[in-house]
Amino acid sequence: MVDIPILMIGKNVVVPIQTELNDIGAKKMQEDVLYKIEKTTASGLVIDVSAVSIIDSFLGRILVDTSKMAKLMGTESVIVGMKKEVVLTLIQLGLRMENLNTALNLEDGLNLLRKLQETLHGKISG
Amino acid sequence: MEKYQDSRDSGQGQSVSTTIFVASYEDVIVARQKVRELMNEMKFSLLDQTRVVTAVSELSRNIIVHAGKGEMTIIKYDESGRRGFRCIFEDKGPGIADIDLAMREGYSTTNSLGLGLSGSKKLCKNFSIQSTRGKGTRIEIAEWK
Ligand SMILES: Nc1ncnc2c1ncn2[C@@H]1O[C@H](COP(=O)(O)OP(=O)(O)OP(=O)(O)O)[C@@H](O)[C@H]1O
Ligand SMILES: [Mg+2]
Repeated sequence: MVDIPILMIGKNVVVPIQTELNDIGAKKMQEDVLYKIEKTTASGLVIDVSAVSIIDSFLGRILVDTSKMAKLMGTESVIVGMKKEVVLTLIQLGLRMENLNTALNLEDGLNLLRKLQETLHGKISG
Repeated sequence: MEKYQDSRDSGQGQSVSTTIFVASYEDVIVARQKVRELMNEMKFSLLDQTRVVTAVSELSRNIIVHAGKGEMTIIKYDESGRRGFRCIFEDKGPGIADIDLAMREGYSTTNSLGLGLSGSKKLCKNFSIQSTRGKGTRIEIAEWK
């Protein structure tokens, strides 16, 4: 099984999913990402799914849960690059993903993270 | 592992079937790839491919999670003016006691989302399910152009 690369861009953890993940691989990615966030005290997480051709209920749930868990650790996250076919299919499947932050691509995702972090810090200092 | 069969359907044109065994999470990926390859070859749109391959993922995962092992058979048909295929997911697992209940969105006996069956039905043009308690489950989906 191929390990999913976990990169750092500034203080953000960036995870490009480049291969078709089976359920065990998806679970492992979740664990690895949370471990990386803990170890690096990252301030943001971007999961790039632009190379993922389908998101079924299992992977969808992993993405939602990972994002929730990161949030509980104090880290905002954004899912980027979801293909339009994948989005349409997810909606038809009935998976609720409305609490997920999303952006078109990595650049937009990093920008969105910056904004989310600013609002968060604004709240704390103000 | 795969087995191939070529058969002729009562003079109605050719139908070709492929069976793959579904016994591990990696087989779920293989099942997805097989159906995607076929749909690509038959020139189904990317949205059609995504929709059906997602259902294939749900139904083959159900075999692993709820029955342990089983198989998926793809039957491609090309009859006068009608081109399409069927996928049959079959296992000899515990079966489903109440099919109506199992088909309900959000119903799961494994504390999961309960989206696999209801979602697959919504995603596929044709969906039928048969199950006998103690004997197993057979689900068939069909797509055509
Ligand atoms: N092949 C099968 N053999 C036996 N029972 C099954 C099979 N497929 C589904 N079921 C039963 O039907 C229920 C609903 O299936 P469905 O796929 O919708 O949800 P799930 O597998 O529990 O959760 P999800 O697919 O959302 O992770 C399952 O919880 C299980 O009890
Ligand atoms: Mg299921």
